[in-house]
Amino acid sequence: MKSLQELAEIREKMKGKVALREGQNGIRVVVGMATCGIAAGARPVLNTLVEEVEKQGLSEKATVSQTGCIGICRLEPIVEVFEPGKEKVTYVKMTPEKAKQVVSEHIKGGRPVYEYTIGEK
Amino acid sequence: MKELSLNILDIAQNSIKADAQHLTIALVRRGSWLTVTISDDGSGMSPEFAAEAANPFTTTRTTRTVGMGLPLFKLAAEQTGGTFSIESRRASRDGDAHGTTITASFDTGHVDCEPLGDIASTVVTLIQGNPELSLTYLYSTEQGETRLSTDEMREILGDGVSLDHPEVLAWAREFLEGEA
Repeated sequence: MKSLQELAEIREKMKGKVALREGQNGIRVVVGMATCGIAAGARPVLNTLVEEVEKQGLSEKATVSQTGCIGICRLEPIVEVFEPGKEKVTYVKMTPEKAKQVVSEHIKGGRPVYEYTIGEK
Repeated sequence: MKELSLNILDIAQNSIKADAQHLTIALVRRGSWLTVTISDDGSGMSPEFAAEAANPFTTTRTTRTVGMGLPLFKLAAEQTGGTFSIESRRASRDGDAHGTTITASFDTGHVDCEPLGDIASTVVTLIQGNPELSLTYLYSTEQGETRLSTDEMREILGDGVSLDHPEVLAWAREFLEGEA
């Protein structure tokens, strides 16, 4: 079981580390978390994105955030990737496995996984 | 919804959208009954809107004219023989109390009761998306009580560490899973 003591240890560990997570020029990964998204499985997709961005050392490059209904509920869970200077990429019918792949190939590698995007044949 | 924890996440998102500063999620288990209370200090609903809020054709959505969040939660409770209620108040003047409390009870022994599911994920998701929110989570059984308060977490962490930091989220998840 975790205790509040361990939270104090996280504080000590973070001391002196300057948070650079506010980068305005970073990649924004946005997950639709309205009723439609949640019912379709957005929660594990979101949590996988958060964990993978950290695990793959991309915290300073990308932020993961939540939004409401994106408007195409039958294609949920939906993940949008906004990269400065590039067109938005919309991933549909996402799963934790696909999310992992998007982090490593798109966020890290710079190559969108077109197979999972909207409008692809 | 497959799990009550997903309904709870969905209802809590309404509180966030209503600009709540404080949100309390309380789960109380007594015998086979589970009572879930989600209470916020958000903008609240007018009596007319609150009366119709559990109707699927009442919604604040702009993308469609159907809103399923509250109707699904109400159904999940009533199909076990449980109850569902909404209490809400809008401020008519500055300084008035305002907010919404949703209460639902479930007979967990009923065959149609959804499992509670991954409630730790629901709490972690809310913290991740709203690191500034004052969130209190309470899980009470006859054996004891688990409580997580983001105000307390913030007090320990100080100003330097945001609650949406991955290490903090991982801590919160393990804290809640260890207690469950």
